[in-house]
Amino acid sequence: MEAFPVPLKIIMEAVKHFINAIASPKILFNIVFLFYLIVFPPFKFFQRIHDALGIDRLWTKRGGIFIFSLMFLAFAFGLTDANFRLIVLKPDNVPIVALLFLVVFFLWFAMTQAKENDEAIAKGDKPKEYADSREKVLVFPDLVYIEFLCLIFVAVLLAVWAIGLPAPLEQPANPTVSPNPSKAPWYFLGLQEMLVYFDPWIAGVVLPTAILLGLMCIPYIDKNRKGLGYYTYQDRKMAINTFMFFWLVLWMFLIFIGTFLRGPNWSFFGPFEYWDHNKLEVLNNINLSQYVFMIWLKQGMPSNILLREAPGFLVLAVYFGLLPAIFAKTIFKDLYQRIGGIRYSIFVVFLLMALALPIKMYLRWLFNIKYIIAIPEFFFNI
Amino acid sequence: MSADPNKPSLFDKFKNTQFYRSIFRTGVPVVSHRQRMMVMLNSVFLHLHPVRLPKHAVKVRYTWCMGGLSFFIFLVLTVTGILLMFYYRPTIEYAYGDVMDLSQQVPLGIMREIHRWGAHLMVITVWLHMFRVFMTGSYKPPREFNWVVGVVLLVLTMLMSFTGYLLPWDQLAIWAITVGSNMAGATPFLGMNGPGSSLLSIGDVNFVTSVSDARFAMLGGRFVGGGALLRFYVLHCIGLPFIIMIFMIVHFWRVRKDGGISGPT
Repeated sequence: MEAFPVPLKIIMEAVKHFINAIASPKILFNIVFLFYLIVFPPFKFFQRIHDALGIDRLWTKRGGIFIFSLMFLAFAFGLTDANFRLIVLKPDNVPIVALLFLVVFFLWFAMTQAKENDEAIAKGDKPKEYADSREKVLVFPDLVYIEFLCLIFVAVLLAVWAIGLPAPLEQPANPTVSPNPSKAPWYFLGLQEMLVYFDPWIAGVVLPTAILLGLMCIPYIDKNRKGLGYYTYQDRKMAINTFMFFWLVLWMFLIFIGTFLRGPNWSFFGPFEYWDHNKLEVLNNINLSQYVFMIWLKQGMPSNILLREAPGFLVLAVYFGLLPAIFAKTIFKDLYQRIGGIRYSIFVVFLLMALALPIKMYLRWLFNIKYIIAIPEFFFNI
Repeated sequence: MSADPNKPSLFDKFKNTQFYRSIFRTGVPVVSHRQRMMVMLNSVFLHLHPVRLPKHAVKVRYTWCMGGLSFFIFLVLTVTGILLMFYYRPTIEYAYGDVMDLSQQVPLGIMREIHRWGAHLMVITVWLHMFRVFMTGSYKPPREFNWVVGVVLLVLTMLMSFTGYLLPWDQLAIWAITVGSNMAGATPFLGMNGPGSSLLSIGDVNFVTSVSDARFAMLGGRFVGGGALLRFYVLHCIGLPFIIMIFMIVHFWRVRKDGGISGPT
């Protein structure tokens, strides 16, 4: 770091410390969640903030330049730090860095076209794909040519990548020496991150199954017939706002945390922090049943398992049994009438399962709750 | 060169032979409208496409080219994968050494690099393809079921990548698979550490144990060892490609049968 004069160095260190501090999951999740709520506002309240801030301006050429300058600047600044380079430039992490840039780029690309189309539709015109779609072109050579160019571009990209970056090969497999941290392949790190808040049977089996079933259900739940075959936001606001919560917050962001911010013992580390194996994290989490019986009622734990975990079962029953009905009468009243009971039930159950993750996060951060229902006798912990 | 423009060249003569015309029925050069259509109709590979398309469908800003690239990378992975299979033996004794040799003994050997980075890239392109299809609302009727097939393909892509991750047999590989397979051991009812597994028993005899649960079925053993390596190798090279091909055929077929690429109506 000799290249920089001393005052600049001090400022840079201060900035790094600040970023390390706000990168803690407790803070960063809130920031990202707030960002999501403002950029893709699911509620009227956030819509007003969205309008007041003029978020729509992001989906223009200037907005794009702004987003990408910010991302590249942040990345370039990070690269001046040795600890940051160590993690980000690990050969297997290169695709994730690429993925983050690509997802942001294509998000901007789709939303910019959506904005153009929405403005045209608002004026009573057709989306720009409409005029194009009236004209027919021959697949040979028009499409085959474009495919061929794309193919050559990717082939060259792969060849350059392969020559420039050797595939990682670590020490030979040794079942007696486990590396710390042991990480799953990067596309499963979102699931591994969920292990912090849920037991493996939920984080590794139930939720992934729910994610896939939920994805498969999208076309059957979304009854909105508008917005087929062109980029649009206004014509299918609810679908896009909901999808972005899953895609950006629960999918991309969890992978980001799991890859870059989790070190030895799956402890949290800031992007400019050294991965110290001896970093301690206080684990003083307690179960809901202990809260109820020992702290509130000031008595011993009941010996009957069902009685002991009754508070948890009650919470779960209210969550999945009562909340959908309450939502149907309140915030999702329109939706319920539009898509009907069966579609609504499926949608709400998947939504509640997804929301269970942030809820569990907040319960952990605010009340140190480990399990809502804890029956370790049958490995049944929620 | 003072060639007589009217005099047919050797190649022109060759193009009129029975041999040439038996292969390229359309003829070269392809200039007329009719010939351009015939190229598509005469080719088994290009038959994947229709002859004509609406103009918006050939624009990269609409399609992002992600579906096509996913398929292209799949082909690249197939070719490089076959080449790697020539040198790789899926046993604990040889696997690591064979992979080491691929990088150290083969001059300019980048097949393993292309295969590994291509695999990562395919996961990315498949995800972005899903993202594009969502953003254009292309899952809406009549294409609902093809979206479902697409989700299956997305899972299969990740499983292909996951099974391939073990094959280099280094520390990165076995511990990543250990983390992944431990989750299988927590499957409700079917995993030894999953809820409800202790209910599947008669008297004291438990049916779901460390040698009979979902994790054991996945690894062919109680830990990530030789059995798991062979199992993952077979799944990676034969089992999953076989299944993914079937779903790909359905996926591509349905694109055509559901009215081609989506567009505004």
